[in-house]
Amino acid sequence: MIVAEKKPIEEIIESIKSYNKILIAGCNECVTVCEAGGKKEVAILASALRMYFMNQGRDVKIDEVTLERQCDHEYLEELRNNVDMYDAVVSLACGVGVQFMAEKYFNKPIYPGVNTCFLGAAEERGVWGERCQACGQCILGKTAGICPVSRCAKRVLNGPCGGSTKGSCEINKDIKCAWQLIIDRLKELNKMEDYEYLTPIKDWSTDRAGGPRKVVREDVRQ
Amino acid sequence: MRLRYPSNIKIIKLPCTGKVDVIHLLRSFEKGADGVYVLGCLEGACQFNNGNIRARKRVEQAQKILDSVGIGGERVKMYNLSSSEAPLFARIATEMTEKIMEMGPNPIKLRKKAA
Amino acid sequence: MSTKTPSKLEKILSAGHLAVTSEVGPPRGSDAEAIKKKAEILRNHVDAINITDNQTSVTRLCSLASCIHLKLMGIEPTLQMVVRDRNRIALQSDILGAASFDIHNILCLSGDHQSFGDQPKGQNVFDLDSMQLIQTARYMRDEGKFLGGEEIKRPPKMFVGAAANPFADPFEIRVPRLAKKIAAGVEFIQTQCIYNLDKFEEWMRLARDRGLHEKCYIMAGVTPFKNAGMANYMKTRVPGMDVPDEVVKRMKGVPKEKQAEEGIKICIETIQRLKECEGVRGFHIMAIEWEDKVPGIVEAAGLYPRPKVE
Repeated sequence: MIVAEKKPIEEIIESIKSYNKILIAGCNECVTVCEAGGKKEVAILASALRMYFMNQGRDVKIDEVTLERQCDHEYLEELRNNVDMYDAVVSLACGVGVQFMAEKYFNKPIYPGVNTCFLGAAEERGVWGERCQACGQCILGKTAGICPVSRCAKRVLNGPCGGSTKGSCEINKDIKCAWQLIIDRLKELNKMEDYEYLTPIKDWSTDRAGGPRKVVREDVRQ
Repeated sequence: MRLRYPSNIKIIKLPCTGKVDVIHLLRSFEKGADGVYVLGCLEGACQFNNGNIRARKRVEQAQKILDSVGIGGERVKMYNLSSSEAPLFARIATEMTEKIMEMGPNPIKLRKKAA
Repeated sequence: MSTKTPSKLEKILSAGHLAVTSEVGPPRGSDAEAIKKKAEILRNHVDAINITDNQTSVTRLCSLASCIHLKLMGIEPTLQMVVRDRNRIALQSDILGAASFDIHNILCLSGDHQSFGDQPKGQNVFDLDSMQLIQTARYMRDEGKFLGGEEIKRPPKMFVGAAANPFADPFEIRVPRLAKKIAAGVEFIQTQCIYNLDKFEEWMRLARDRGLHEKCYIMAGVTPFKNAGMANYMKTRVPGMDVPDEVVKRMKGVPKEKQAEEGIKICIETIQRLKECEGVRGFHIMAIEWEDKVPGIVEAAGLYPRPKVE
């Protein structure tokens, strides 16, 4: 999923304080699962903002809505009829949702309510870890199912670097060395000989380096 | 024991403090409560393992939010006691009331009245 | 092994002499005197001098310009290049730049993560990794082509090196990793500072079992301790460093004013013991901000005078 983190309330207040009618829009997908921008977080932020403005002696209307998804036209369309009632929208969706909303409601100011962090998984309750950087050329088949691009601080494709210490990364002992994980798993799979496979120079043009990416599927396109 | 405790406290009964959510705490203040405290079982004695631990974390979250919006985080607090500690129950009620009296009324309530 | 480049370091190694290299860290400013002074101290006692590339991610005068200063002094430099700060365009371009001054040695490294340095908020690059930089340097030299496949006019002639850490975790891949670097095309290796000699010899034995000592020149890295505090710091704070307790104890066991002397003694003893280790083809003496001690170490270790090669 896309993992996001709530922005500090102070930052959100700073961005919307000049408006009088504000819609807080959550998303029922990833940001709900990572507890940053679902219905619950919408309610909490809305309540906090209402209290803030009341305390300022201002009558600001704060409404709440949580869409099934903010990265799909059909769900965003649900706002079509009432978005004009608001001066601004705070979207608690990931960066994708915020932008999709801005594209769709072109004349409406849209503010992000979360910081979109990475593609990851819940490692345990309350702890999310990065697993993928969407480089566009998956090499997991060669690296025992552990991604050095997203999980090595130097994205070393032929690792580990000299900084791997007792299974930890040189930058922080709480970060596991991706290459230690790869080696551990290669051993488990009885494939240590794969370690000596020299990963060739990577084509980063399918990564961020190649500019904004697009997937076009003629077979499903209308 | 016929213990006395301040009469301005409204008790909301729950099966477990684990049921308390941040939004419940915030809504109370939005509606004008001057203070809210959550009384949970002793830590380690939760019937549902960690309901009271979760409640404490939610209270802490609410404190932060109330501080951020200028209402005052100290208006919400978590206490733990066992059901046999009636004198402590009364003491907490008095302590919390005194604390809130000292802080004065919820500023939102004042704004609402003025409006 | 016959030589493939005009590198003096390669010639010395190829002739079967024990090579000696050292290193100099550029200053945090644009005054080249600091480099020149250090290099002058080392001139007659080492075969080549590595210039570090923004080591520990602290911004410094660049490795390439420093190498040029050395070259102009008639001293052979080894250009250290980390893949942290430059993409494949800049790396290849800098290799050509170095080649244009007839700089003939390159050491391919990953580089410490930028979070250790003075620009922790900066972006990093890591377009290639250190093994792929080895491949790149070899490809440019041997094929005379850029990575894109186009021809290089006057290709670089560089003797290609890399670092190896016999002590980093996990130990079981330390030798396979060396094999991988050799497969990538590395020709000489300078190891991490050696304090745990038993472990190093074990690593060398495993490397010999695979015949790796005959496929590249392995130079043993040594760093003299200035005092017991440094020994302890290296032991506890530097990632991938293996300083045994008894070495720290030995440093602590002598009075403060004698610790520097003891550190140098340990360093000389290390060189003397490793001269006997089959597969060790030279020494890389990293005396951090202590360059003036290097000539003494080289002499005491019986590595002076340095051989002359054509």
